[in-house]
Amino acid sequence: MPDLYLVEAVNDALHVELERDPSVLVLGEDVGRLGGVFRATAGLQERFGVDRCVDTPLAEAGILGTAVGLCMAGWRPVCEMQYDAFSYPALDQLINHVGRYRWRTRGKMSFPLTIRMPYGGGVRAPELHDDSPETYYVHTPGVKVAIPSTPADAKGLLAAAIRDPDPVVVFEPKLHYRTTKEEVPDGEYVVPLGQARVARQGTDVTLVGYGAMVHVALRVAEALEGEASAEVLDLRTLKPLDEDALVASVRKTGRAVVVQEAPRVVGFAAEVAAVLAERAIFDLRGPVIRVTGYDVPYPYWQLEDAYVPSVARVVDAVRRVLAA
Amino acid sequence: MLPAEGDLRRIIGDGEALPDGEVDGLTPDDLLALYRGLVLLRTYDERSLVYHRQGRIGTYAIFWNHEAMQAGSVFALEGRDWIFPSYRESAIGLLRGMPVSTVLSWWRGHPAGWWNPEDFGVASICVPIATHVPHAVGFAWGSALKGEDRVSIAYFGDGATSEGSFHEGATFAGVMKAPAILFCNNNQWAISTPVSQQTAAATLAEKAIGYGMPGVRVDGADVLAVYEATREAAARARTGGGPTFIEAVTYRSAPHGTADDPSTYIDEARVEEEKEHECVGRFGRYLERRGVLTESVAEEIRTEALELMRTGIVEAEAEPPPDPALVFEHAYADPPPSLAFDLEELRRILGA
Repeated sequence: MPDLYLVEAVNDALHVELERDPSVLVLGEDVGRLGGVFRATAGLQERFGVDRCVDTPLAEAGILGTAVGLCMAGWRPVCEMQYDAFSYPALDQLINHVGRYRWRTRGKMSFPLTIRMPYGGGVRAPELHDDSPETYYVHTPGVKVAIPSTPADAKGLLAAAIRDPDPVVVFEPKLHYRTTKEEVPDGEYVVPLGQARVARQGTDVTLVGYGAMVHVALRVAEALEGEASAEVLDLRTLKPLDEDALVASVRKTGRAVVVQEAPRVVGFAAEVAAVLAERAIFDLRGPVIRVTGYDVPYPYWQLEDAYVPSVARVVDAVRRVLAA
Repeated sequence: MLPAEGDLRRIIGDGEALPDGEVDGLTPDDLLALYRGLVLLRTYDERSLVYHRQGRIGTYAIFWNHEAMQAGSVFALEGRDWIFPSYRESAIGLLRGMPVSTVLSWWRGHPAGWWNPEDFGVASICVPIATHVPHAVGFAWGSALKGEDRVSIAYFGDGATSEGSFHEGATFAGVMKAPAILFCNNNQWAISTPVSQQTAAATLAEKAIGYGMPGVRVDGADVLAVYEATREAAARARTGGGPTFIEAVTYRSAPHGTADDPSTYIDEARVEEEKEHECVGRFGRYLERRGVLTESVAEEIRTEALELMRTGIVEAEAEPPPDPALVFEHAYADPPPSLAFDLEELRRILGA
């Protein structure tokens, strides 16, 4: 098994899936000639040709809209949105069509398209290169959402997304595109959607996160060693959510802190808290606390460290729930 | 390169000063088939208005005098080509053998009205404006990539050309040389907004030049002109010439829909003038002048269409009430487990 960075694992998954299934096609801005601004699609056009790794016009609604038509013509498109916030023009297609078209045909036609995009902050970038827009996507019926935190999961979840009969959106934590290498299985490798992963065992509190926040949670767990035993649950898929894994972990620890980089109001952490309230409230020994981005536009990058949930903020939340 | 504002392609004359033209290759049987399509759509539209008033269908988007644009263009396509309709073309599937009851069920909000596009080569009715243009383009592009000889046609109104989706779809069509036809039914009104407030361009066809595709203007109430322009566009698409933009011009002579009262904004004298040249009667008179249609055949065709409608509404009304399980079915091929819990709860509450 080779050691790969997260972005290399994405690239590997795309190579494997395009090789495996001749109906898979990659399209997006700068994905071909350049290989993507983060090189996630590097080498695909040379290997599979200009028709299966397509440089498109700079038009996100056009990318996703034509992908709907490509599905109807028998393709399995993988659309790249160059950055998180650049995907907003495509929400028109996502909400109006991608999540609804299968239903419109009463299940007769499938729209097995994948949307993948780098998301999140911490990379000292200009405005609108740092958003965490997962809530808009999770909230859209008919659409599934996965967010890997590790190189192996980035490969396996993307493969699952491409093979899934439904539209799946995969958010890749761009901060961790090239932070750590990890062993990634060679060749075909699938991590099923809807299965959370215990990233670290613990007994006193469950830190729930996904994507880049899993790394923060792991550092929190380390920082708390000797003081409290923290379990880290990496959700991996937001929809379908692995409610059973969530409830099982919290039954064991009795406490939960949910960490999310996106703004707080109606963010995914609220959904996690609601599931715990509905299914595990009598197992809780303290309030479920959210640690999230604030309800403001993502700040100028000289202030971004004050915005993104930090180890200190999460440690503070854990201490509050332990004291409750 | 592009036709001027007053320059609309026309074949059908007025029986007086304007001479009749002909379209090469159309036999008398073809002409009658075209007429049958027009009458079927007209009858569908007029009966639907009655059914709406009787409370038998819901809100309905009227397409009176749009029949020539729909029947003329579809007649120029092959059965394997795909149609991407807006709500203004809700009944266009009838031209592909879709049952009347299916379309009526759509307007009745019954699941039986949602068809499988693959059965007819007719995509689902697109309600949001212009967002299906990229679908038609993606379909055409994707079919060409697979080496399949299939053309797509997307129908939209004048207002749709202001939408970003139109722009992005047309841009992709041009760049990908997609075998697609962008068919604009310019009836000069987007509910109450006149086309002069949609664009400062002299014509909508002018927009085509910016996408690197030909723009053609035709008289939208002249079924033969529409047919001929679409046939040319389809031939260009099939031979690798890429997309075509067709602007078919009429004047909206019915309300936008059953909930609309155009008297507050429309030019009623202009509506009356348009009604005198409405497309079905105009083609009928042309066929009579050419000796292709007699009053008795016309009557037969009308009766046939009315009978289809009568049967269709009876069938639509005979559909059993839909199972509440259909609320949850079909949104996903592989649904999240939470939907099963929701269905169980709903069944318990409904006692069903």
